[in-house]
Amino acid sequence: MINDLTSEVNRLSGQQIEMCYHCHKCTAGCPIVEQMSYGPDRVLRMVALGETETLLNSADIWLCAGCYTCATRCPNDIDISSVMDALRQIAAQQGVAAAEPDVYLFHRLFMGVVKTMGRSYEGATLGLFKVLSHVPLMNDMGAGVNLFIRGKVPLIPKSSGKTAEIREIFERSR
Amino acid sequence: MEYAYYPGCSLHSTGLEFGLSTRAVFAHLDMELVELEGWNCCGASSAHVVSHTLAVALPARNLALAQAAGHDLVAPCAACFNRMKAADYYLRTDPVMRAEVESIVGFKYSGEVAVRPVMAVLYEDYGPEQIARQVRHPLEGLKVVPYYGCLLVRPPQVTQFDDPDNPQVMAALLRAAGAEVLPWSHATDCCGASLSLSRADVVQNLVGRLVERAREAGADALVTACPLCQVNIEMRQTQEAKMPAFYITEMLGLAFGLPEAQKWWSKHLIDPRPVLSQAGLVERVG
Repeated sequence: MINDLTSEVNRLSGQQIEMCYHCHKCTAGCPIVEQMSYGPDRVLRMVALGETETLLNSADIWLCAGCYTCATRCPNDIDISSVMDALRQIAAQQGVAAAEPDVYLFHRLFMGVVKTMGRSYEGATLGLFKVLSHVPLMNDMGAGVNLFIRGKVPLIPKSSGKTAEIREIFERSR
Repeated sequence: MEYAYYPGCSLHSTGLEFGLSTRAVFAHLDMELVELEGWNCCGASSAHVVSHTLAVALPARNLALAQAAGHDLVAPCAACFNRMKAADYYLRTDPVMRAEVESIVGFKYSGEVAVRPVMAVLYEDYGPEQIARQVRHPLEGLKVVPYYGCLLVRPPQVTQFDDPDNPQVMAALLRAAGAEVLPWSHATDCCGASLSLSRADVVQNLVGRLVERAREAGADALVTACPLCQVNIEMRQTQEAKMPAFYITEMLGLAFGLPEAQKWWSKHLIDPRPVLSQAGLVERVG
């Protein structure tokens, strides 16, 4: 039986999670698994069982680094990184607060800067992240200063010069 | 040979020396890089968190620009390469996505432009034998391990470059430059990527293990081709003894005896000059 969560995850990710036969290769190779509560193969099982609330509230879906080790090793060609992305999108749509709020904050700030300028700009992303995240303000100040004095965070960012065109892509890609 | 060049956001910022050394090496080999006019961010590791369509449409706009330029697209940054190659993959294999993205971006996908990482271009179009002939100062005595990270080789059906478990291209290029390449099993392990700011502890742990394994293998430095791997390695080591991470293009530029190589070392967060001078390589530049 395919429940609503499975259908939605499959639709958003382009995967067929029913193909999973739980060989655990994904979990065995996941570099982040020790930080997770369930791990990739149990996440797939929980999708199949329709455990929506537990999943959307779990840190696991936000901790995935998108390294594609699972996607590479899965004998059934399930791209589990994309399944994690789908679960993040469902959580955001349903207004479920991210269990790793700083991870989600970083992605939103990054995309906000790209939407505004057409390109990424560390000066803005790092600055906003420092102010808005739960990470103590002084953490990484030394590294930030070191990047700055090496000319790696330019004072004036380079724009693509095509910001309206790029913003249009954001608007149309909903 | 002329190539469309996509530096991406990182090569103007945290990966400054990757951009400088790529341009210097290509110029030395008479391979012309023409930067795409009006390129945009590929979406990196953030766009696909928000929307699959956006994660294909953003890089697809760059593919459209390269298509108009009519040359293969060279993307040094591993994330840029991965995202543009993924866009190319979905445009090629998913007709529904293709129709949607063509309409969003306003172009017709031809499939004629190849998206390629710097190492593929150097290895396939120039070749390690020819590169070896350009070497004026072989990197003898420099012990390194090749570190690819994730996005150059995974997922393999998308990247179609080298081997995701046992990659060979970087080692061949480094041997051509005269470096001593040591065997190790962690060339395609993950560094923690964009968790670096939000969960620094996770990245410190992964980077710490990489450096420890590199040291066990007998290496003095790691060699990368990814700006995020490079900055994570140099920024997130917590051990007392620090190990620098070079870009593959820095290694080649040094071996070619390019005078501008001296300007790259001070850009590193971990100064690589002690490692270079230990191998007797700093003074010989120029």
